[in-house]
Amino acid sequence: MARRNAPEINAGSMADIAFLLLIFFLVTTTMDVDTGLTRKLPPIPEDIENPPEVKMRNVFQVLVNANDDLLVEGEPMLVSELRKKAKEFIIGDANNPNMPEFKLTQVPVLGNIPVSKQIISLQNDRGTSYEMYIKVQNELVGAYNEVRNEFAMQKFGKSYVDLEKLAETSETAAAQADAVKDVYPQRISEAEPKNIGDQ
Amino acid sequence: MSKFKKKKSDGQPAISTASLPDIVFMLLFFFMVTTVMREVTLKVEIQTPKATEVDKLERKSLVSYIYIGEPIKALQGTFGTEPRIQLNDAFATKRDIIQFIEIERENTSEAERPFMTFSMKVDNDVKMGIVTDVKQELRKANALKINYSTGKTDKIVD
Repeated sequence: MARRNAPEINAGSMADIAFLLLIFFLVTTTMDVDTGLTRKLPPIPEDIENPPEVKMRNVFQVLVNANDDLLVEGEPMLVSELRKKAKEFIIGDANNPNMPEFKLTQVPVLGNIPVSKQIISLQNDRGTSYEMYIKVQNELVGAYNEVRNEFAMQKFGKSYVDLEKLAETSETAAAQADAVKDVYPQRISEAEPKNIGDQ
Repeated sequence: MSKFKKKKSDGQPAISTASLPDIVFMLLFFFMVTTVMREVTLKVEIQTPKATEVDKLERKSLVSYIYIGEPIKALQGTFGTEPRIQLNDAFATKRDIIQFIEIERENTSEAERPFMTFSMKVDNDVKMGIVTDVKQELRKANALKINYSTGKTDKIVD
């Protein structure tokens, strides 16, 4: 009876201490999500002697000079107009001799379908600003994405972006996304930059 | 003894908050484990451009960064204002890039090497010349999966 229980230590303030630490970590750490344009560089070709021949009508030429001016298919243009023009080219028109040729290709899911031989050729100067370069890249990628979305919507009733999202869980969606990619392959070819603006 | 009895009898007992620290600690550990502290001190000033068609960069452990921009104000006295390349914590030249890529590859397990991405964080005002040189070096080292780091925006202005 003489022995008393030792008084319990008050643990009420423990929560305060832990909260303090928690808030410190919440504030100091940045959970920044990195975003960006993902691209694939072409491997260095083994024979530079014989580049494959490409007809002029299949090439959509985009030039950017050292003053960040844009020349598309021989015409000066603003960045905001580029997407529409590029979309027209990617979709193409079988009856127009200036638009790219079509070739019947076996595509999974869709069967035999005419696929455009389009290529977008991008050339910039060494003096072009990086900001302008990204803008042009963005518009070209955007044009492909829009064309793919519209095509997927028309064929499968879902946009290409949704198909890509579903592709992780559903095999049919993955096959459909691949089919769309096969019909409109992203072909952006970057030529070696010129050095006229000297930087 | 009677004192204790009295207390028990009056009203409802208070809700025990003894488990609150446990819950908070759990949250604390979650944040401590998941957040990654920035391991590089930037020596170049970088304002990345904005784009609309951006992808999220996933699997950060497989991403290596190449920074290009003007040296920060404090270092402009010694390094000038010409845009420079920064790899890890130090300035580098384009000749160092292949070695940098090799070291990064060594630090990654063999199975994951094909998924490695090199993210280029480049300032708006940098000219394409230096960027192209870096891209050529990446091609030489056969590091073809790259990412141009950009912020997200809804509309591009001319």
